Amino acid sequence: MFRNQYDTDVTTWSPAGRLFQVEYAMEAVKQGSAAIGLRSKTHVVLGCVNKANSELSSHQKKIFKVDDHIGVAISGLTADGRVLSRYMRNECINYSFTYESPLPVGRLVVQLADKAQVCTQRSWKRPYGVGLLVAGLDESGAHLYYNCPSGNYFEYQAFAIGSRSQAAKTYLERRFENFVDSPRDDLVKDALMAIRETLQGEALKSSICTVAVVGVGEPFHILDQGTVQQMIDAFEIAGEQEVPATDPDAAAGQEAASEQGAAADEGVAPMDI
Amino acid sequence: MNFMASTQPENRLLGPQSDSQRTLYPYVTGTSVVALKYKDGILMAADMGGSYGSTLRYKSVERMKPIGKHSLLGASGEISDFQEILRYLDELILYDNMWDDGNSLGPKEVHNYLTRVMYNRRNKFNPLWNSLVLGGVKNGQKYLGMVNMIGVNFEDNHVATGFGNHLARPILRQEWHENLSFEDGVRLLEKCMRVLLYRDRSAVNKLQIAKITEEGVTISQPYSLKTYWEFSAFKNPTQGAVGSW
Repeated sequence: MFRNQYDTDVTTWSPAGRLFQVEYAMEAVKQGSAAIGLRSKTHVVLGCVNKANSELSSHQKKIFKVDDHIGVAISGLTADGRVLSRYMRNECINYSFTYESPLPVGRLVVQLADKAQVCTQRSWKRPYGVGLLVAGLDESGAHLYYNCPSGNYFEYQAFAIGSRSQAAKTYLERRFENFVDSPRDDLVKDALMAIRETLQGEALKSSICTVAVVGVGEPFHILDQGTVQQMIDAFEIAGEQEVPATDPDAAAGQEAASEQGAAADEGVAPMDI
Repeated sequence: MNFMASTQPENRLLGPQSDSQRTLYPYVTGTSVVALKYKDGILMAADMGGSYGSTLRYKSVERMKPIGKHSLLGASGEISDFQEILRYLDELILYDNMWDDGNSLGPKEVHNYLTRVMYNRRNKFNPLWNSLVLGGVKNGQKYLGMVNMIGVNFEDNHVATGFGNHLARPILRQEWHENLSFEDGVRLLEKCMRVLLYRDRSAVNKLQIAKITEEGVTISQPYSLKTYWEFSAFKNPTQGAVGSW
């Protein structure tokens, strides 16, 4: 992005009809670590990459439970995300208190979007620098929404935000048609695979990712590390056999080749350089 | 002291001006409302009387109104407060519809909203002088609840207000069962209303029965119950009585 004379204020339009400050805020979302979400008819799964700054520190919380039926994953300025999560929790609990009923996700998302819009139209404010993937359940089923700093919101079958999210999006685009009727565990597996895509080669471990689920009869909760590691192990073993299986003609040939390749590797000395 | 009263009526509970800001007694009142769950939804009955103290002054007061798509509200007590509540609910439903998003407030939500309103008013010593019955059906789920001027609220298979609690509920406890047919439900309600007509001095013989199902609300045209006054005990009421009454 380039600096220009129309980007100092959020209340200044550019001649091309753009609000640069809002666009810069959306850049902040792209720089944050990845978060993904996907849904079936009955469940929604959120996942995110959680890299700690150093070995000595803990990682930042990027998935928040908002209510028993709603959770959110954030990417971008985590401080802004925390504040918005608190607002969402407040709205949910007030609605529950008055109406003894869970706040419909669609309404919460609109309220959130309206709150973000205010910050794009006041000279003394700045837009929130965080993108939110809101996962929730209501009377009309399971929903996944994406809330932008611009005040826009969209509903998705599956989506990814943050750095290297394009790799996850490509993976999800290939598979999303199956999600609607996917059983819960397959959905979680797909989420982990999508997270793995954003790591680009780095090993997927439960210590660097967080997964959360909400579904019919299952209140929103973050899966504990042990469970997540088990699921990773389960499909990583299967994963090596899965790749040749997608190409049935060369299946037998490839399996033999990979076995030979593995044997050959063992004989060769590791690279010194 | 006039200017102070208008800004701080609640702080000066014992002041002379503040009493005109809150409800102390009811003026035009409706008597019992009786309601029960039946196979397809809720049946509710209320007469059309508005009493002014001991005078049966108004005889065409509709004390049951539909609320939104899924609820029916019946009220006893101060009629002007019932009209105020209808205004609150009208606004509530309006904002709910303005979302235009396929979600709608069901009877449970409306009942809880009313509970909050009634209880908050009671806490400010300025109650809405009503006992309300809220019934409805949403997504196949039947709901029937009651809330009164002090904020006491509960749900049950059959509810009543005022004298109905003493005269109608015992009958309902004996004779109500799950999956009553429409005809049986109406018959049961009419039995309760007849007892109330005989024994509640503020009852008038002009009532409506309302029904709410998944399809919607129907409020019947006003009609009267047949009464029988030829019981032998009525012919010589003081026979066998001891004392002056």
